[in-house]
Amino acid sequence: MSQTQSVAFVRDSMLPPEPPPTRASGAILWLRENLFSGPLNIALTLLGLGILWLLFSTLWPWLSHSVWNANSMAECRQIIAAAHGPDASGACFAVIKHRWNQFVFGFYPVDLYWRPVLAFGSLFLALAPVLFADNPRARRIVIGLAAVLTFLISAVLGANGVELGAMAVLLLAWVALIEARRDWALLATLIYPFLATWLLWGGTLWEPAMVLAGFVIGFFVWRALSAYGMFAFAAAVLVAAFWWLALSDIVARGIATVLPMRLTPVTSDQFGGFVLSITIGVAGIALSLPLGIILALARRSDLPVIKMMAVLFIEFIRGVPLITLLFVASLLLNYFLPPGTNFDIILRVIIMVTLFASAYMAEVIRGGLAALPKGQYEAADALGLDYWKAQRLVILPQALKISIPGIVSTFIGMFKDTTLVVFVGLFDPLKAMSDTIRASFEWKGAYWEPYIFVGSIFFILCFGMSRYSMHLERRLKRDHR
Amino acid sequence: MATQTQTQPKLGETAIEIAKLNKWYGTFHVLRDIDLNVSRGERIVIAGPSGSGKSTLIRCINRLEEHQAGRIIVDGTELTNDLKNIDKVRSEVGMVFQHFNLFPHLTILENCTLAPIWVRKVPKREAEETAMHFLEKVKIPEQALKYPGQLSGGQQQRVAIARSLCMRPRIMLFDEPTSALDPEMIKEVLDTMIELAEDGMTMLCVTHEMGFAQAVAHRVIFMDQGQIVEQNTPKEFFNNPKSERTKLFLSQILGH
Repeated sequence: MSQTQSVAFVRDSMLPPEPPPTRASGAILWLRENLFSGPLNIALTLLGLGILWLLFSTLWPWLSHSVWNANSMAECRQIIAAAHGPDASGACFAVIKHRWNQFVFGFYPVDLYWRPVLAFGSLFLALAPVLFADNPRARRIVIGLAAVLTFLISAVLGANGVELGAMAVLLLAWVALIEARRDWALLATLIYPFLATWLLWGGTLWEPAMVLAGFVIGFFVWRALSAYGMFAFAAAVLVAAFWWLALSDIVARGIATVLPMRLTPVTSDQFGGFVLSITIGVAGIALSLPLGIILALARRSDLPVIKMMAVLFIEFIRGVPLITLLFVASLLLNYFLPPGTNFDIILRVIIMVTLFASAYMAEVIRGGLAALPKGQYEAADALGLDYWKAQRLVILPQALKISIPGIVSTFIGMFKDTTLVVFVGLFDPLKAMSDTIRASFEWKGAYWEPYIFVGSIFFILCFGMSRYSMHLERRLKRDHR
Repeated sequence: MATQTQTQPKLGETAIEIAKLNKWYGTFHVLRDIDLNVSRGERIVIAGPSGSGKSTLIRCINRLEEHQAGRIIVDGTELTNDLKNIDKVRSEVGMVFQHFNLFPHLTILENCTLAPIWVRKVPKREAEETAMHFLEKVKIPEQALKYPGQLSGGQQQRVAIARSLCMRPRIMLFDEPTSALDPEMIKEVLDTMIELAEDGMTMLCVTHEMGFAQAVAHRVIFMDQGQIVEQNTPKEFFNNPKSERTKLFLSQILGH
């Protein structure tokens, strides 16, 4: 037999695919493999268990002795001493039960609580068509829950019949709009910020409406002149600016004399707690994303002046602490503005927080843009798409998807940073609100409980954002590998 | 190659006119005094060793690369810094890349309708019908609703060809369309290109597929060091190469 004959081989039947072998499993095996696989692993496992036990044994008595019904810290301590002996320690969550409304609403007038509730409840109606664009089930759950809870909470918090009736009409109409006409619901989403402003600060509806009108006028000027490129954009900005500075006030007052549409005004110093945090946070998030995109594109631009301006802005803003910017907002800005201008403090803080977050956002998005292969730009160019169409249709959808974890991290960081407004005299929920509550005689000494309460709410909100971003990443996954 | 389609083009109007084209990357002189006229309906294969400037040449034709001296006139429009002219040329000239460059976030159908809808302003319905027509032509209509990541390399390249055709281009550029494909998939892409050739499309292909060149090209251009060294009909080019450089190149790629 020669060598070549023994090498030759012809398969006469193909092997069918078989299922993979089942791995040996079971709790004991898992423990042995993962926790007790060697001396070092055993030591670390035991150390971990020890630390867990220490934490638990310290915290548990304090939590399990907690008192929810009392009128002061002293009463809390009496109840705990009576039940668990004189040396026992316990949490006094009665302070939360008594003062929860201040943590949430600050000094917002008690009979107007329904307004922030409606403003933030309808935030979900505004966002649902965008966030759950191709997931009708999740969308229906979210808008249904938001509408029902908004109504119920407002009723419990003492909104009167007229207010509840108007609210019901608005919520039902909006839900119907979202389900019937998605494209029109997106218009409602664009109008939402102006509606929320009206609800939160009160006054006449026509003021925010005329600000909105400025955007609409600008848009139509741009549309009419769009053949002229950048000139159209400049003209639109000029016309809108002229409207806001010279005309909008007069028109708003004019309409208001005929049809007032007034809500009781609430001033910015009455804001506090989570109403303040969420107002600043949501506005900052909504504004910093588009600004960050523009900055990221500008930083990658071929035009040297635009690129340099973006670099300067980003590096300057990232180079100073947020608190510095907040001080600039609260103190320095007054020196530069004409005397007598009353520029709302919350608006100033929102502007500074937005600028701060947008600088970070720009770098996160620039990372996403840089991660795209050059071929994507070339393919878009080769098909004849101009710069803006290529960015909007091809580049940004992919770059933003890559950047989702970073973008949401920036959002979460910014939302938590809103507690820093305490340094410019606003009542953030964590420090200013708890200090205020401790300043009253009954709740002197309540330290841990407010922090735990405020911390939990922050955790729930931030964890919610984080989960949504993971959901979004899964939904947008396209590589199927 | 399955078919022999070596008819001479009806040499009429000029589709592309390139005169004294020069290009540098920094101080490196990539294209040197290129003169080339392409007639409507003509099919040209550009061959040459790597780094000879053949890809750069066809990428200049739709201005993916900027040239520093000389003139390029495509369909009567000269390529200058004028963005309007560049976009006009790009919408008339289709391009197929080595790495397909499909848009991974869009379905196959959306890849094909994107440019017609946004550049040509074709209504969505009509754009989808056109897209399905060309997807059938490249024989993958059943993949229309999948994403590029779900397709094989050969299928992706055929989608890329269909995507270009949806813009109804008058000229097609192919930049090494089969170089990133497995041998088994090369044939399906070449067959698609041959079919396109039979329809009379003006084509410029940078490729190492010499069989394809022999089957469909009217003219083979051989480039080295940024210059056109030799050009001839495929028959003459392969059987009777004139320059030493060409002979060396052919002996190396056909030698085994």
